[in-house]
Amino acid sequence: MTCVARLFHLPSVLFTNEKETVMSFYPLVIVLLLMSAAGYWFGSKKALRTVRKSSNFLTPRPHQFGLYVVIWSLVPPVILGVIWAVLQTTPLETDTGAMRQIDQVVFPVMLLLATGAGLYFSILRINPDLRVRKTIEGLVYVLLILASIISILTTLGIVLSLLFETIQFFGKVPMSEFFFGLNWSPQTALRADQVGSSGAFGSIPLFTGTLLITFIAMCVAVPLGLLSAVYMTEYASNRFRAVVKPLLEILAGIPTVVYGFFAALTVGVFFRDLGDSLGIDVVSESALAAGVVMGMMIIPFVSSLSDDIIMAVPQSLRDGSYGLGATKSETIRKVILPAALPGIVGAVLLAVSRAIGETMIVVMAAGFAANLTANPLEAVTTVTVQIVGLLVGDQEFDSAKTLAAFALALVLFIVTLCLNVIALMVVRKYREEYD
Amino acid sequence: MTDQVQEAAGNGWQSEKFIKNLAKRKRAERRFRLTGLLAILTALTLLGILLFSIVSKGHSAFIQTTITLDITFAESVIDPNGNRDAAELRGANYAKLVQDALREKFPDVKGRRDLRKLFSLISNDADSALREMVENDPDLIGKTVPVALVAGDDVDMLKKGYIDRSLAEDDRRVKDQELAWLDVLEAEGDIETRFNSGFFTNGDSREPEKAGIAGAMVGSFYTLIVTMLISFPIGVMTAIYLEEFATKNKLTDLIEVNINNLAAVPSIVFGLLGLAIFLNFAHLPRSAPIVGGLTLALMTLPTIIIAARAAIRAVPDSIRQAALGLGASNQQAAFHHILPLSMPGILTGTIIGLSQALGETAPLLMIGMVAFIADIPGGFSDPATVMPVQIFLWADSPERAFVEKTSGAIMVLLGFLIIMNAFAIVLRKKFERRW
Repeated sequence: MTCVARLFHLPSVLFTNEKETVMSFYPLVIVLLLMSAAGYWFGSKKALRTVRKSSNFLTPRPHQFGLYVVIWSLVPPVILGVIWAVLQTTPLETDTGAMRQIDQVVFPVMLLLATGAGLYFSILRINPDLRVRKTIEGLVYVLLILASIISILTTLGIVLSLLFETIQFFGKVPMSEFFFGLNWSPQTALRADQVGSSGAFGSIPLFTGTLLITFIAMCVAVPLGLLSAVYMTEYASNRFRAVVKPLLEILAGIPTVVYGFFAALTVGVFFRDLGDSLGIDVVSESALAAGVVMGMMIIPFVSSLSDDIIMAVPQSLRDGSYGLGATKSETIRKVILPAALPGIVGAVLLAVSRAIGETMIVVMAAGFAANLTANPLEAVTTVTVQIVGLLVGDQEFDSAKTLAAFALALVLFIVTLCLNVIALMVVRKYREEYD
Repeated sequence: MTDQVQEAAGNGWQSEKFIKNLAKRKRAERRFRLTGLLAILTALTLLGILLFSIVSKGHSAFIQTTITLDITFAESVIDPNGNRDAAELRGANYAKLVQDALREKFPDVKGRRDLRKLFSLISNDADSALREMVENDPDLIGKTVPVALVAGDDVDMLKKGYIDRSLAEDDRRVKDQELAWLDVLEAEGDIETRFNSGFFTNGDSREPEKAGIAGAMVGSFYTLIVTMLISFPIGVMTAIYLEEFATKNKLTDLIEVNINNLAAVPSIVFGLLGLAIFLNFAHLPRSAPIVGGLTLALMTLPTIIIAARAAIRAVPDSIRQAALGLGASNQQAAFHHILPLSMPGILTGTIIGLSQALGETAPLLMIGMVAFIADIPGGFSDPATVMPVQIFLWADSPERAFVEKTSGAIMVLLGFLIIMNAFAIVLRKKFERRW
């Protein structure tokens, strides 16, 4: 594990260390690249020369011989370089003169030697019968697999980093308090005089707040999105579709921070003034404002998913309904929508998971104080708001306060993951029914 | 027989009941259709309100109020020793020149408090403009020249009509006394508005009239470069592997499920991943574009992979078969034939992924890109902020003048997004091939 940790230090060595390292690093890289470029040129030339002398047919193309030389000249120094980086970050060698010598002189020389040896032996081996394509393609194949594995590593990284901090968090705060507590006030953890007590970490108000805002968002997005999808697929002319569909997609392309600004400054104030004129008390950070704007953002998401799903309903169902004398709207309401229902449920679940994970709108337009209420006119806070609130500007990573953010994020990750898996399963099952 | 006829008259197509029912059904049809249309119109209206509110608040950010004063570049202030030494010229008290000019203009203003109010008409950054003038042309010393100086933010707000003169004095940020001075200046034609070029060339500032988006734009640029350099090659390699080489096995399934799930992970979770891995584990510099770029690269990777896979899948099998038939290896067929043909689709997907990354805020909050940074970043490891985060920061600022700055920055950001998406559309229209 520590070895891996050191490997990760490589970039930080390149970017942050004193000028010395950087100065010796870049010229070295340039020399190595020049050497392998020369190797490329020389290798391809030699391949052509040898094939002219012999009667053999040159199977691989000449430039592949060049690439072969390049691979052999670059792989050894890269491996050495990684070892170097690992050694550099060991605490042992920090300031001894001998190690500095090795750093500045011995290692570059070793790198150059390794490159030279790679060049020499690979060029020596070149003859028309050498199957260099196999070597090259083998290496490319390995690179392709490595690239694909990065996505797995990302997921693994998310799970491990969240899990690690969450376990630490549950070492400080009991799990029952986190999941069933009704009181959330992590800020008190800052006060040193409260020995033993480190704030209140009951996350129920956060989850209810998230659900309230999500529910409001769905109340806006599902009817609007679904009805526009129905109109687009069943009624609209091609020209109307061609113009309006991209316009609706703009809603999905607007950055969430813009929605947040709009929610905080325009919609929140509008609802507050509206409430004032009706004699109702509406706070300007109301759940209603954040929810409505979030719903607005999700409209194109719902509509484009439902669009696909309604399109996938077989034409024969429509024809059968029309044949029995049903009008278009009757066909839609009594045949198409019931047939598409599982798919639409899946789409709504995906939209819910999107709404739960949405951050900027709620950070800017919802409140920061945890408030256990179901009243949309009051300010509530959400899981994402608290993650941002707990982590922004905070440097220490062992207090329960910052660790709580990771625990919240883990819950968020698991919930959205489950919603997605269920939604995808529902949609897939539905597709199979009609394929 | 007669019964049957009567029954037909009661229930048949010509019967009153049927005709009534038909009319009702047709009305329901029209109602339903109208509802669909209304849903679309509502969504578009919301979009319109959003854009209108941003533009109506933000257009004035591109205009700046200036006050023209006769500045006397007194030698006694700038260069008391008379040797035109560059360091002395740089360090001189240029603010005094502005103050002297104001005093001269309003000789009857006495008393510290009144004077301070008078001086606040002009931005306290005006001295740097004078310094620049003198450094460019030392011959100015000793002369009196009319100079258009940037007005303070309250004057700017008043000129743009955001401060209501008819309010009671106590509710107004600009007091009657200041109004009187401004009226004098206005009457002499000294107050003018001009294009605010500083908005595009300055870094962030606590003074609204001086704050610009150049730092954020450069930060966004560096961040996007990192994102692109990492996510594009890895995304394309993963897509090629999954579409062309992967055999159906557990690993391939795992990678596929993983990518679909990663695409739905809330962006803030990627921020926590970046915080845990790149900052806490690998100790990369905080707030740096390199870290932001890496985090956003992991986030955009699924988008690019999914788009690239679709583009590769769209290339017909006959191309592959023809290449293989002429003796190309699998990899040659993939890299020489299929990849170039699918490139327009891949690039379109990449641009859309990058435009998402450009608008993303939440993960960057987690890795410390929210710090106040006045300098324009000069490299990948300098502390920087990006445009959406700058918008978030300004949206939080209490000064009234920052509202227009925020909206102006949003307009610029949306402009960039429109350009990127238009480019993607053109690319698709121009190079996409239907097989």
